[in-house]
Amino acid sequence: MSDLTELTVAQLRDGFRAGKFSARETADQFIKAVEAGRALNAFIVETPEHAIAAAESADRERASGQVGPLSGIPLGIKDLFCTQGYQTTAASHILEGFTPTYESTVTAKLFAAGAGMLGKLNMDQFAMGSSNETSAFGNVISPWRRKDGGNTPLAPGGSSGGSSAAIAARLVPAATGTDTGGSIRQPAAFTGIAGIKPTYGRCSRWGIVAFASSLDQAGPMARDVRDCALLLEVMSGFDPKDATSLDAPVPNWEASLSSKLAGKRVGIPKEYRVDGMPGEIEALWQQGIAWMKDAGAEIVDVSLPHTKYALPAYYIIAPAEASSNLARYDGVRYGRRDLPEGAGLQDMYAATRAAGFGAEVKRRIMIGTYVLSAGYYDAYYTQAQKVRALIARDFQQAWEHCDLLLTPTAPSAAFALGEKQADPIAMYLNDVFTVPASLAGLPAMSVPAGLDGQGLPLGLQIIGQPLDEQAVLNAGSAIEERAGFVARPEKWW
Amino acid sequence: MSVDSATVRKIASLARIAVSDAEAEAMAPELSKILGLVEQLGEVDTRGVAPLAAVIPNHLRLRDDVVTDGDIRDRVLANAPQAEHGFFAVPKVIE
Repeated sequence: MSDLTELTVAQLRDGFRAGKFSARETADQFIKAVEAGRALNAFIVETPEHAIAAAESADRERASGQVGPLSGIPLGIKDLFCTQGYQTTAASHILEGFTPTYESTVTAKLFAAGAGMLGKLNMDQFAMGSSNETSAFGNVISPWRRKDGGNTPLAPGGSSGGSSAAIAARLVPAATGTDTGGSIRQPAAFTGIAGIKPTYGRCSRWGIVAFASSLDQAGPMARDVRDCALLLEVMSGFDPKDATSLDAPVPNWEASLSSKLAGKRVGIPKEYRVDGMPGEIEALWQQGIAWMKDAGAEIVDVSLPHTKYALPAYYIIAPAEASSNLARYDGVRYGRRDLPEGAGLQDMYAATRAAGFGAEVKRRIMIGTYVLSAGYYDAYYTQAQKVRALIARDFQQAWEHCDLLLTPTAPSAAFALGEKQADPIAMYLNDVFTVPASLAGLPAMSVPAGLDGQGLPLGLQIIGQPLDEQAVLNAGSAIEERAGFVARPEKWW
Repeated sequence: MSVDSATVRKIASLARIAVSDAEAEAMAPELSKILGLVEQLGEVDTRGVAPLAAVIPNHLRLRDDVVTDGDIRDRVLANAPQAEHGFFAVPKVIE
């Protein structure tokens, strides 16, 4: 039997349907890879029994001639998605032991389509972080290493760092991610894989542990653009259980995938040229522009004048929403409770939350509480929402001149674990290119485009107009075809 | 705007997070630094701009006024740290 962990989701699906191998064989090989990859700490919980049950069901269905779109595909699921009967923690001690009695809409759709689950993937606690160092279950270690002979452990990006590491190390063929300010795109860029955050409202948020509800979006992460397209088709769709779910038809993104960009205008926003950006990233961006031209696109220079205010606006809006969303962790209904001797209800809340939340989560709840408190609300929160309107308007004005935007995904390649932990602001700056599209609710994806001098992956980001995931995926495909990115981490784990 | 440790203790109390004096002391410069980052929004001219409420135009839907779930008491209580007689249990509130 050949090594099935080398195959993409589309290849696994097609090979399974053609009878080249069984779903059980696929599941067994990935389960072995997951076990062998424990040094990466990518999983909080392994669920081989779920993957096996789905595979056996897929094999029976194939015998009867009925297969689902994802039959025979085992996936990794970020631990932010509630999974019925399987612990869901958002990588926080406050939810340790929480076993949902219901299934999130996105995972329900994936499982109904035939997919199985290999495990719950580690992440930054409550999706707050860019390096996985805020997880209460230890940080994920990137499978990538610098080409300097050393073995400095690198960040897999975040918050979906378990997802990115597991895919890059071929422990899973693909995984779910969520993106609030860049949590799919930045880890994808750091690990040389693809990931797309769709238009806000495409994927139901029901059953996903909430961070900042006006920004949170689920999306797929995988080795290539085609896999992202076919997974996103299954994950998307109207859900009456999510008040912000979009009631729009889900296109056949995979079938319509095309790397020809004739007639498309690709905008290059001048404000994304930031101080201190490594020359390699600027060079890769120029290379991306050349690839877009080669694919038939017209390049236009555009301006998004409020770009520099996106990060500060985000660091008011996201913590404000988080402080409200995370008020639910009170030690009463689920999760952990700390009840000091003789404590009353208020003391129990304060003790539970002090012991259950990690430092970064507390920091963001505190910032959110402060900017929403009496006397500061208008100066901070209302002003941030106004600036957010200006950022969205910048994009609308850009769409008069172009159909897509091309930018780097992150201002650097993966950094070493611990390198930015001491300074929250340095960590926040990692999301400088991904946050604006989040604030405007736009579809955006990262595709692997090259390596830096240390041999680490770099990604390019494509931002599209609302609901035009097809154009984003097609541009991603054009880059993928031309970049010919085949680099992969050397197996040390 | 910089916050002092008394302000940190006030915010922590509003957020129902217990902090020791030493923790409040350590958090004050961290929070001040983040507030320093966000403060530059003050320089943006937002006169006449309405705060953004929804990023993608959408409308709030009404559904039929019918029961859609229920009879799941045990599932609702399944993850409670303490559940008694079909209720969530908390420490005594009235002394």
